[in-house]
Amino acid sequence: MTYDLVVVGGGPAGVAGALTAALAGLRVALVDSGLRLGGQYFRHTQDAGQHPGHAPALDRFLRQAGALGTRAEVLLRHQVWSVSREPDGDLLVHCATRAAAVTGTAVAGAAVIGGAPTGALGERAVVLRTRRLLIATGAHDRPLPFPGWDLPGVLTAGGAQALLKGGGVPAGRRIVVSGTGPFLLPVATGLAEAGVRVLGVYEANGGLGLARHPLLALGKAGEAAGYAAALARHRVPYRTRQAVVAAHGEHEVEAVTVARLDKDWNVLSTRVVECDAVAVGYGFVPQVELGTQLGCATRPDVDGSPVLRVDATLRTTVPGVWAAGEPVGVGGWRLAELEGRLAGRAVVADARPTLVTSTTRTTRTSTATPPPGDTAVVPGVFARRHQRWRAFGEALQRAYPVQPGWQGWLRDDTLVCRCEEVPLARLREARSLGATDARSVKLLARPGMGWCQGRVCGYAVSCLAGEPQPQPPRRPIAQPVTLGALASLATPEPTADADATADATAGAAPGEPHDDHPAH
Amino acid sequence: MSDVIVVGAGVVGAACAYYAARAGLDVTVIDRGPVAGGTTGSGEGNVLVSDKEPGPELELAVLSNRLWRSLAELGGFEFEAKGGLVVAETDDVRRQLTELAGKQDLEHTLVPATGLRDYEPHLADDLAGGVFYPQDAQVQPMLAAAALLRHGADSYGHGTLRLRLGVTVTGFIRSGDRLTGVRTSQGDVLGDAVVNAAGTWGGEVAAMAGVRLPVLPRRGFILVTEPLREPLIRHKVYTAAYVTNVASDSAGLETSAVVEGTPAGTVLIGASRERVGFDRTTSVPVLARLAEQAVALFPALRDVRAIRSYCGFRPYCPDHLPVIGADPRVRGLYHACGHEGAGIGLAPATGHLLAQLLAGRRPDLDLLPFRPDRFAEEAA
Amino acid sequence: MSFHITVDGRPVPVTPGQTIGAALHAAGVRAWRTTRFGGRPRGLFCGIGVCFDCLISVNGRPPERACLLEAQPGDEVTTA
Repeated sequence: MTYDLVVVGGGPAGVAGALTAALAGLRVALVDSGLRLGGQYFRHTQDAGQHPGHAPALDRFLRQAGALGTRAEVLLRHQVWSVSREPDGDLLVHCATRAAAVTGTAVAGAAVIGGAPTGALGERAVVLRTRRLLIATGAHDRPLPFPGWDLPGVLTAGGAQALLKGGGVPAGRRIVVSGTGPFLLPVATGLAEAGVRVLGVYEANGGLGLARHPLLALGKAGEAAGYAAALARHRVPYRTRQAVVAAHGEHEVEAVTVARLDKDWNVLSTRVVECDAVAVGYGFVPQVELGTQLGCATRPDVDGSPVLRVDATLRTTVPGVWAAGEPVGVGGWRLAELEGRLAGRAVVADARPTLVTSTTRTTRTSTATPPPGDTAVVPGVFARRHQRWRAFGEALQRAYPVQPGWQGWLRDDTLVCRCEEVPLARLREARSLGATDARSVKLLARPGMGWCQGRVCGYAVSCLAGEPQPQPPRRPIAQPVTLGALASLATPEPTADADATADATAGAAPGEPHDDHPAH
Repeated sequence: MSDVIVVGAGVVGAACAYYAARAGLDVTVIDRGPVAGGTTGSGEGNVLVSDKEPGPELELAVLSNRLWRSLAELGGFEFEAKGGLVVAETDDVRRQLTELAGKQDLEHTLVPATGLRDYEPHLADDLAGGVFYPQDAQVQPMLAAAALLRHGADSYGHGTLRLRLGVTVTGFIRSGDRLTGVRTSQGDVLGDAVVNAAGTWGGEVAAMAGVRLPVLPRRGFILVTEPLREPLIRHKVYTAAYVTNVASDSAGLETSAVVEGTPAGTVLIGASRERVGFDRTTSVPVLARLAEQAVALFPALRDVRAIRSYCGFRPYCPDHLPVIGADPRVRGLYHACGHEGAGIGLAPATGHLLAQLLAGRRPDLDLLPFRPDRFAEEAA
Repeated sequence: MSFHITVDGRPVPVTPGQTIGAALHAAGVRAWRTTRFGGRPRGLFCGIGVCFDCLISVNGRPPERACLLEAQPGDEVTTA
């Protein structure tokens, strides 16, 4: 028993892709680590999920998510730690979860191999077997280190946003927002509208101010004006060429140093601002490690971040693997949703021949190159919209680059790696010992060797190691998994039981001829 | 112009360079990557004597163990004299271990089943006993390699030990039947002697000089856990199956539990061996077996999370012995590679003996078992 | 609708669906562990399960990410 499609990531891209495929009759599972669908942009409180009637975009997403729940297997609180290729070409999606086993959806139990919960954590291994994979794992904030950035109360911009959207809790009462990029605006307005004092938005780029914000030039006047009005209404100052370059406090953040910067982000002058929270972000890091685990080729995004290389149908360079949203290039939720739909259509087009010729495995059409007649998969209207929005995302990235002057904000004892507590001085020492890139700096000084595997410090370490751009991540274990759950995979599951379950559920999937492989 | 060109800035190349510089020779170390970027950076840092059968490799290991202790006094890395505990699952295996220990002539303590927990309080309770080897140790291999290169340069002059990183050797320069240097991606480097310390890639370097050296990759995976607040495991602990696997000739997958804590608080879990070329694709079945074996040995690991894994390619030769010495087929060419999974442990002795050879002295140990042309004889 | 968890024995209110991390923040508890080398205080940072700064022990279990873990009635949280 095998899924036609497994989607990793329950944000706009993943939900759109899964729903598109499920509506076409494919057997689909969607896996997400969160408590609720939504990803970062559509993160919402439990209450908001139960009582729609908020922002139109969120309402629409929630309707899609609701529709998906009746047509596909939705596995929440499942952490995907590995995807691998079986000798027969199927993909295995390895998850770890503490959630109870899900039953009762349209394709309940299909193709799920799971161990028993083990140990005090009660974590289980769950393995999904699938023909195709859609990587819709989104992105996380890209922080830059500065003295005091590890004080409690300093959060990433996305972290402050998640706390507010998902938990209904503002990060503090007197908050400073700093970094670069358009994302600072919704974070600041969201906090201001939640009733907390936003002391300022410090945008390290853009010497021109909010009145000349790149959003305007890019035809997003309405959006820019909305933020400008909200910030004005709450009397939140928006300052360009300024940034938080240090945080101060004993046990929590009590104040920050805000600096005026030149165009390269060298400090011109500083002042101290008292506050109890900081939200800071310098763009995003696409999460591409599931793709690199499978050998998908990457390309540098506009800002140099490695993203998965895809064709016009969102197909990666590896057969059977698609990607949508930020992992193929940072561009925001609208683009992500569109790409999810396009990828879903491409998956359906790929699956249909298989579905009608269930006896011959050789007709599986996943190949490295897109099939001819792509226009059937991506009609021109979508293709043009896709290109337009992708260009918009790239233009925004170009307008908010990270400039090298931030390295001058660091002191010798400033932690670069928070997990392993590696200060700048140790990175410099590693370079003098013969490290020539981020990997060898890591081997000699341990930045990126800890819990987060360099997700937080990876960009900074790459810059400090002198790399022109970050290397694609190598994370064979993408999420922590207990040794107990991992060990439970060592004994192969008896195939007899799995097939019995598969046969029992196959009848429940309406009108879906399927293509079982020989038992394995 | 150098006296010696060392190809490879892994731990073996670093040791060769250090000892050659100490012997008064001018050394240039060339590596296509950074320091310790190959197998040195993918290992656990084992400095083991316990896992070796009596013979030339054990003699090399004992010499190396002593040298590591004095090298550590130079600073820059830590020599953790933690000791190794080899455990037996059955009485039969325990007898075999006891017999091996009797032949090795190493410091050791026979540990009865009831005494195992004095060494490792969290060991499973169904084990038959084991042997403790106090000489077994661990170093952080990347730091150790980098430290040897730095000490070599600092102590004997940066002009004496030069490091050329990111430089790829593309061929050799000859004068008559003698090597006089190497061609590289960044120009020619001249030298009287060339030491092939290219580890798993030693066969390729030898081929450039026109000689066959059967060094092949034997892949191994290591699982790394989350850092633990309190150390769970004190020594290097491994099962008797490790000894047999190390010596095995199988091309298929073999795994045995090797478990140890590190100063960073993580637990390292090995070891797997398989011959699959230079394929880096992670194998979930291998990781699962490593986890299963580790949990069987230390049930408390069940709730500990694996956060990383990495793989490396041990440079193995058909007879599992390293290649150390002058190559009689090409004048000026020396080899120091093919140490399989024991390169960290054997590096100082390798460097020390090779430096003696380069300086025209008689090596402290007979290098005959490690001679580079022994495979040709076998083939004939 | 709301319920309580205890933090070092002290009751902290929770809105249903909130994570442990959000509940702690709402109660003004912003640091709940210290780092193993420098003893530095840590709480939420990335807020979305990426950074692991917010590890916390609930009901005596091994540490988990407070930003991902939904609070359950009666949960007992210990800070270090």
